[in-house]
Amino acid sequence: MRIRVDPDKCQGHARCVGIAPELFEVDDYGLSSVTVDPVPEGLEAKARLAVANCPEYAVEVIEE
Amino acid sequence: MTTRPVADWASDFDVLDPAYVERPFSIWADLRERCPIAHTDRRAPTWMPTRYEDVTAMAHDVKHFSSQRIAVIPLQVNEGNETGQVGEDGPSLEYGLPPISADPPLHTWTRRLLLPWFSHRKVAEYTPFTRELCQRLLDGLAGSDEADAAADYAQQIPVRVIAHILGVPLEMADTFTGWVREVLEFADDIERREHGILSIVEFLSSEMQGRREHPGEDLLSVLLQTEVDGAVLDDAVVLGMAVLLLIAGIDTTWSAIGSSIWHLATHPDDRDRLVQEPELMTLAVEELLRAYSPVTMARMVTEDLEYKGCPMHFEDKVLMNFPAANRDPEFFEDPDTVHLDRENNRHVAFGSGIHRCAGSNLARMELRVALEEWLARIPSFSLVEGTTVKWAGGQVRGPRTLRVRLR
Ligand code: HEM
Ligand code: SF4
Repeated sequence: MRIRVDPDKCQGHARCVGIAPELFEVDDYGLSSVTVDPVPEGLEAKARLAVANCPEYAVEVIEE
Repeated sequence: MTTRPVADWASDFDVLDPAYVERPFSIWADLRERCPIAHTDRRAPTWMPTRYEDVTAMAHDVKHFSSQRIAVIPLQVNEGNETGQVGEDGPSLEYGLPPISADPPLHTWTRRLLLPWFSHRKVAEYTPFTRELCQRLLDGLAGSDEADAAADYAQQIPVRVIAHILGVPLEMADTFTGWVREVLEFADDIERREHGILSIVEFLSSEMQGRREHPGEDLLSVLLQTEVDGAVLDDAVVLGMAVLLLIAGIDTTWSAIGSSIWHLATHPDDRDRLVQEPELMTLAVEELLRAYSPVTMARMVTEDLEYKGCPMHFEDKVLMNFPAANRDPEFFEDPDTVHLDRENNRHVAFGSGIHRCAGSNLARMELRVALEEWLARIPSFSLVEGTTVKWAGGQVRGPRTLRVRLR
């Protein structure tokens, strides 16, 4: 599973990093990025939870 | 302040109506069904969307819905009674209260100056201070059978945290709280509102003066020394930002903490579950923010336009009803029930789009720490029977009197 953050949509709600600090990092200005790619085994559920909680629809699953 | 009774919520709503302040949920549900964008001519021509889709679409359309006027209740400045220091929307400062009352480009760069102070990383540094503060407040309640969870606990927390960050005296906490309540809660009372606004402006102006002579490491000092495009910031920009921080972080967060404690006091199953499953806290905090979102904002229509059949005129107000959006059944399953472990929760309690609450990391941390410390000390609590909970509403909704039995 691979995920990404769309920087044009991200507004820094930091919901993603709150749910999955293992997968995301949010910079000083609120912009989130994915820190590990692909999503390590066992963290898929958390990744999906991050997708489902971003109010800006900025976290996406990259369809293979 | 008494308001004229509302006969029809679709065409003549009033967000200060006591029924709306106390329980707006069924009013929103009714409006979503029959008139999802309600209207009123009370105080000012105002539109009120109640669906998630509309609220978020308008919040993103900053070209047509400007943040120049963000007060839900416009201040009725009487002619002949104008001081020139207070306008319809707040203090008449040259730059307003950036970034909240600004559109791009002023919004963009003023927001960037604030964000690092409230980043995810920076907020972790304020956590120990917040935790100790909550513990000290709870020490003060030890031995009592009853307390006012709103006034004795929730209200005491955010004001001290923001005073700490701004670098202003913590002993003035109660004074700040009084001023901020005058600005946000006594919206229909021009004299109180003016008094609150002018007191904050005056206080912060003199704090700025002191810091120019003796700068420290606090947010105010740093802003005063900040250069943008080779020039130090205009004093009026710094003042506007400082006034905003004092206003934005206090009533809001206190309301969120108070509403959450109210929920747990009235829902013992949820209360016990949170005590037994502390790992639920991350999702639970978001769910409580969704269900009891404290903040409604406003926008100003920038040109005559039609939105889904509603004829909106230049300068009309549109309420960003984030609390109603968060209970839209099209978007949230079983929206009027709190599910502490709700997994699909794109709530917009902190807004949507470019004005996303710059203090959201801080607010979320304060809410979490306040609940964790409360539950650790007072795991079994309930409303005192026979007392009434007093709610404030309008721009910010939350309990102001909340008598609870502590054991
Ligand atoms: C639970 C508590 C809070 C809630 C529910 C809340 C809610 C909001 C909302 C909905 C907005 C968006 C305004 C709009 O769209 O016009 C906002 C903006 C803002 N909030 Fe908060 N807030 C809270 C706490 C705080 C705290 C603690 C601070 C910081 C000290 C803060 C500072 C700000 C600032 C600076 C803005 C303006 C951002 C911009 O316009 O770019 N807020 N808040
Ligand atoms: S939750 Fe969404 S908007 Fe917020 S930081 Fe993460 S990606 Fe960005």
